[in-house]
Amino acid sequence: MHKNLKIIIWVAVALLGATAISAIALNRGESISAMWFIAAAACVYAIAYRFYAAWIAASVLVIDETRATPAERLDNGRDFIPTNKWVVFGHHFAAIAGPGPLVGPTLAAQFGYLPGTLWILIGAVLGGAVQDMVTLFFSTRRNARSLGQMARDEIGPIGGAAALIGTFLIMIILIAVLGLVVVNAMKHSPWATSTVAATIPIAMLVGFYMRNFRPGRVLEASSLGVVLLLLAVVGGGWIDHQPSLRGLFDHEGLTLAWVIIGYGFAAAVMPVWLLLAPRDYLSTFVKLGTVTLLAIAIIVLQPHVHMPALTQFTDGSGPIFGGKLFPFVFITIACGAISGFHALIASGTTPKLLGNERDIRMIGYGAMLLESFVAIMAMIAATVLEPGVFFAINSPAGVVGKEAVDAIAKINSWGFAVSVEQMSQLAKDMGESSLFARTGGAPSLAVGMASIFGSAFGKGMLALWYHFAIMFEAIFILTTLDAGTRVGRFMLQDMLGNIWPKIGQTSWMPSVIFTSALVVAGWGYFLYIGVIDPNGGVNILWPLFGIANQMLAAIALCVATGILVKSGKLKYAWITGLPLVWLVIVTSTAAWQKIFSEDIRVGFLAAANDLAAKLATGVLPPEKALVAPQLIFNQQLDAYLTIFFVVVLWVVIIDTFRLIGSYLAGKPLLPITEVAHEPSRLVENWVRD
Amino acid sequence: MFKKIKLFWQTIRRLSGDDAYEQYLLHFAHHQTEHAHAEPLSQEEFFKQWQDKKWKGVKRCC
Repeated sequence: MHKNLKIIIWVAVALLGATAISAIALNRGESISAMWFIAAAACVYAIAYRFYAAWIAASVLVIDETRATPAERLDNGRDFIPTNKWVVFGHHFAAIAGPGPLVGPTLAAQFGYLPGTLWILIGAVLGGAVQDMVTLFFSTRRNARSLGQMARDEIGPIGGAAALIGTFLIMIILIAVLGLVVVNAMKHSPWATSTVAATIPIAMLVGFYMRNFRPGRVLEASSLGVVLLLLAVVGGGWIDHQPSLRGLFDHEGLTLAWVIIGYGFAAAVMPVWLLLAPRDYLSTFVKLGTVTLLAIAIIVLQPHVHMPALTQFTDGSGPIFGGKLFPFVFITIACGAISGFHALIASGTTPKLLGNERDIRMIGYGAMLLESFVAIMAMIAATVLEPGVFFAINSPAGVVGKEAVDAIAKINSWGFAVSVEQMSQLAKDMGESSLFARTGGAPSLAVGMASIFGSAFGKGMLALWYHFAIMFEAIFILTTLDAGTRVGRFMLQDMLGNIWPKIGQTSWMPSVIFTSALVVAGWGYFLYIGVIDPNGGVNILWPLFGIANQMLAAIALCVATGILVKSGKLKYAWITGLPLVWLVIVTSTAAWQKIFSEDIRVGFLAAANDLAAKLATGVLPPEKALVAPQLIFNQQLDAYLTIFFVVVLWVVIIDTFRLIGSYLAGKPLLPITEVAHEPSRLVENWVRD
Repeated sequence: MFKKIKLFWQTIRRLSGDDAYEQYLLHFAHHQTEHAHAEPLSQEEFFKQWQDKKWKGVKRCC
């Protein structure tokens, strides 16, 4: 293409992006078209990918496409396989994109659409995508070593241990909070519960099909499963209308929590082919299909966002979770902007498939941009709702009151119009008995998606769309729950194996049962507390998860910064150093406030003390007094957990500083563990199959 | 056009692991010297190993 034409095109992209962002940022009208969000995101991503990512790849990492990757050098036809870049991209994206980018933006929408949207865009292009790309690169240069191993090899044993323990704890909290999201979506909803329950036998059937009936026919089996899932959504509606069957699936949150805990244990002990693997196929297909459908629907329909740019809750009084805009929007939206968990996929897993280093930009940076786009769509789906409706669905009963009339009065007093009739009509349209206080983000996202799908593809089936959206969220939340419990079990077996080698044998059944039970008890505890908490639990667990995930991101960025410095690239160390500094500020501030804030809706200790005082003076109603001791203990535990995260974070930071200090002083360092250059034999006859 | 559809279908099969066994046979034939007297695994046996291996370690994220 002519050089000038290229320049003109990129200037046009930049202008369009700037216009779109100004439109989003400066809009103070009643509503704003969602197309501005899409345009802003597309332009920001395009510019960042074309210029920033390309510059990092060429000048900072100095990607060498003639160098053989581990997939080529260690090719064994099984886990190390040089693979077509689009296939690697697909695997990588499917692995990193879970329910996180859907839930976080929905919760953060309480501040208005603007803060979350800007953080998703800026955080992804300067933080998350950079983290994923450099981690992928460094792991590729180190025989696909995991983040923990790289931390140990390059920084020292402390960094390695921190990464390991951090990962384990995130897993526990993540599963608990995701379990809570599913419980809140199924609570007193026979339709949702029966549909989600049906996904289990369907997954097993698919598992049998591809294992025994037609071995290896993955696509056949999955297509069958997807059809059955769609039938399960319809069938759930039928069950909902059968008075005799309905009761079987109409349960309290606590009952559902116990069922999920039992299910989690069973899934972790069962062989993978029976439940986990087929469920993962189904969830991946449903996820990719639904996200594509949502993107098409938003572009076709161009819905309007009704949430204001900023709400009064930036002052910290928000009903969904307490805490000010800074730092809590950056904690609430982790996945979609920057997620430390991705570093675990980008190291260890993806590099084993990478055929050529030149694909690192597309896979590492590109896949994160796509996940960020999913987060933008979740933000749109949450904010197309009338703000009054959004708050009615997402505000816990402990904040707005149990009765519909009280909740409506409270939400109206904040200046958001909504009425009891409007909410009951909405619940009726969606085929639910009530949509009040359905915290956790899944129901409001499902209402948003249902209204978008309903307008784009026909309004007659709102209830069907709603429950399809719930099934879509639940199926891959449960996949994360299964997979996470299993990973937690492996990690625990690995750690305990150092003390008692027998327990480290992953196939020894007593060890499998014992360690699975420990992991399930860990997240089951937080899930239980979350369900009995009158404020909904999400307000406690989600920030804790955010802090933990950002802490892992900070560790990954420390490793990357340390390697950059050691490789003599100090002048470029800011590309990971800047997001690192920002994350450290955000995480430390959020942790400080979660521990020491006087506000009982923010500070864990303040909340524990307040509840203890109320319990002592006997002002609590009996049902609250009954659970109060557990809630007090949990708030204290959460405080200590937060302290632990911050200490781990700072230990790694100080260790990295020590490393950089030693480098500057010319002292000896741990050697760089990069594998020596070996020319690629695939480059010349590389066929894009 | 037909070629493009075929390519797309191949990518889908590769992505989902539907053709993993065919890939394994290709790899096996290619490295025949290393397995001088070995027979390739049956599709059933290969799929079992492939699936169990696929699920070791962190494969899914939040």
